[in-house]
Amino acid sequence: MAISDAIIGWKTLPFGCHVMEPGNSAKFRTGDWRSQHPVTDREKCIKCGMCWIFCPDMAYSQTLEGYYEANMEYCKGCGICAHECPKDAITMVPEEG
Amino acid sequence: MAKRVGVEVSIAVADAVKLANADVIPAYPITPQTHIVEHLSDLVANGELDAEFVPVESEHAAMSCCCGSSAAGARTFTSSSSQGLSLMSEILYHPGPMRLPIVMVVANRALAAPISIWNDHQDIMVQRDIGWIQTFAENGQEAFDLTLHAFRVAEDRRVSLPMIVNIDGFTLSHVIEPIEILSQEEVDRFLPSFKPRVRLDVKKPVSMGPVGVPEVYTEAKMAHNEVLKASKKVVVQAWKEFADLFGREYHPVETYRVDDAEALLVTMGSISETAMTAVDAMRDKGEKVGLVRIRLWRPFPGPEFRKAVGKAQVLAVIDRCLPPGAVCGPVGEELRSLFYKVPGAPKIFSFVAGLGGRDVTVERFNEIVSKARAYAKKRPTENYEVIGVREQ
Repeated sequence: MAISDAIIGWKTLPFGCHVMEPGNSAKFRTGDWRSQHPVTDREKCIKCGMCWIFCPDMAYSQTLEGYYEANMEYCKGCGICAHECPKDAITMVPEEG
Repeated sequence: MAKRVGVEVSIAVADAVKLANADVIPAYPITPQTHIVEHLSDLVANGELDAEFVPVESEHAAMSCCCGSSAAGARTFTSSSSQGLSLMSEILYHPGPMRLPIVMVVANRALAAPISIWNDHQDIMVQRDIGWIQTFAENGQEAFDLTLHAFRVAEDRRVSLPMIVNIDGFTLSHVIEPIEILSQEEVDRFLPSFKPRVRLDVKKPVSMGPVGVPEVYTEAKMAHNEVLKASKKVVVQAWKEFADLFGREYHPVETYRVDDAEALLVTMGSISETAMTAVDAMRDKGEKVGLVRIRLWRPFPGPEFRKAVGKAQVLAVIDRCLPPGAVCGPVGEELRSLFYKVPGAPKIFSFVAGLGGRDVTVERFNEIVSKARAYAKKRPTENYEVIGVREQ
């Protein structure tokens, strides 16, 4: 039989193709198809948390010093944080390679 | 005890839904389904049926609402016809693979253009591949019985699939017939309460209807198709139990005077009763003609159909649907595929009749049978023929 790219068999697929495990989208690493990533200038950042609020992937979290950092495993590089930042502290930098 | 009463078929269908104690009924009225949802709305408003009647803004919303309520574990019913069923189309493909056992009665009606409110099967043939179980009723009693049967089959935990009962618009929906209405106690013996395998529950969260990436999609479609095919067993079992309880027998394929028949008419829905009258008249004249009626349309009961045909050499298949540009009508296509390269297979002739409310009379059935028998002697040039069409 030819090798299939299927990740699960039809007999083992969950009932109704439901996702039975809540919150498992955390396992879906969406950062690998990003074409740009946000870089925060901490000189300009006022720690207001707008980037954290607006990030549609909840990629941002707060550091011990109170700044916000995006987790590159989940950041899709959409640039919403940079657009919403009231201090223009966030720059979108193209991914290399 | 069951009571035999003279009642409009639509009202009897609504009463079946009441006896099934449906929880949620999202519906939008459309001719000729209107009396069904109108009566259900009355029953809910009068407090005779403890259900949520959702007067949605469109059929698209009706089916979306059905998916939500069924996912939440509510026994869900809706009804539609024609253009309304077409407006539902996008959502109709969801509950099958998602295993949501919604029950819908379709009062079959033609599709525009030209605008027609009258009966044929074009509305449901457009939705042939939505992946629901589908049955066809021939009379009012069957419309009532099959509606109860649909809840029982759809919600069976081995099945958990949506199900449509097709009843011919006007010919059935608006006719007053003597119908045996089962009592609540009798229905309760046949139909247990709905216990979904999975439901939306904040205490045990699940996600329903997620995206199917290429690595999963084929397997999801395969799983749905397999469970749909396997549902036939439960469809038949439930009919058997219904017969044991109430004495009325139903089968995936029904036959009428097929023994020793050389030619067979093949029908679906209410024209079958006229076809029986036609068969009786032809038999009286010594013609070896019988009738095969398809009651279970999806999943298609292939082995049962082959068995029903027996040794007959000519099949005259009637489609109440003209698919423009196709090889022939959908039922004709189905049967030609079923018998392709089967040794000793009958010759299959496809006829399109009864479009947009045109009656298919006993005379038309006679014409169809004699044409099929004549064509069997020399190969016809066309793949199908439209019956009773005026040229000039």
